[in-house]
Amino acid sequence: MHALANPTRFVKLARPLTAIFGIGGIILIAVGAYAGLFITPPDYLQGETVRILYMHVPAAWLGMGGWTGIAIASIVQLVWRHPLAGVGARAVALPGAVFSAICLVTGSIWGRPTWGTWWEWDGRMTSMLVLLFLYFAYMALASASDERTSVSRATAIFGIVGAINIPVIKYSVVWWNTLHQAPSISVTGGSKIAPELLWPLGLTTLGFSLLFGAIVLMRMRAILASAKLEARLERMARA
Amino acid sequence: MNQWAFVTAAYVVTLGGTTVVTLWAWLVMRAAEKAAAR
Repeated sequence: MHALANPTRFVKLARPLTAIFGIGGIILIAVGAYAGLFITPPDYLQGETVRILYMHVPAAWLGMGGWTGIAIASIVQLVWRHPLAGVGARAVALPGAVFSAICLVTGSIWGRPTWGTWWEWDGRMTSMLVLLFLYFAYMALASASDERTSVSRATAIFGIVGAINIPVIKYSVVWWNTLHQAPSISVTGGSKIAPELLWPLGLTTLGFSLLFGAIVLMRMRAILASAKLEARLERMARA
Repeated sequence: MNQWAFVTAAYVVTLGGTTVVTLWAWLVMRAAEKAAAR
């Protein structure tokens, strides 16, 4: 891991990865979205609205996965003082917030024809909204940080403490009697979704995850390039 | 209301939001790397 501590080495590796993740992600999203819209059959109960699943589930996964990434990067920053961990955490915050917002909006759009309401203050939806607010707070803290590329210790600690909300979101449908349905897919219990409806979900989830990776790499490269320019300007001002 | 209206809205929000954040990240990265290379 410390082999990547050198920003020049990291950028050299990030360049081809950005293109591979970006192009691969776009292709998988396009195929998955097409299949979700035009190939899979409507659900016997939900009808056509089941197709929202192919956009909503990857967004939920990336909203939660993004904060998990922030928490892991924050631990790496505080414990091992890896110079790129804070850069990575800062880079994840914006796309994480965007996908959390997309999850809330698409969930609301799905809820109206399915439940008859746009919003309900139940455990799953409320904890997801809390996650979005946590992202806003993290971004505010990170931008107020004196660090040029990384984030302050306080921001990193906030990233770790905020992760307490991730199991709350995950188990909210089990712990409380929520309007949101119980998990349809689990590692141990398999899937409750019919196979002919399920396969495009794998494509869009993988596609959005790859694109998320490309966005994070692009944001890390931008932060490192800005820091390089700032350092050079400071050296020139001192000379 | 037609169910397809909800489906379309969800796809527009997701694909539109993803496109905006991807393009923004790309433009910011390109500008920063150009400025740093100068």
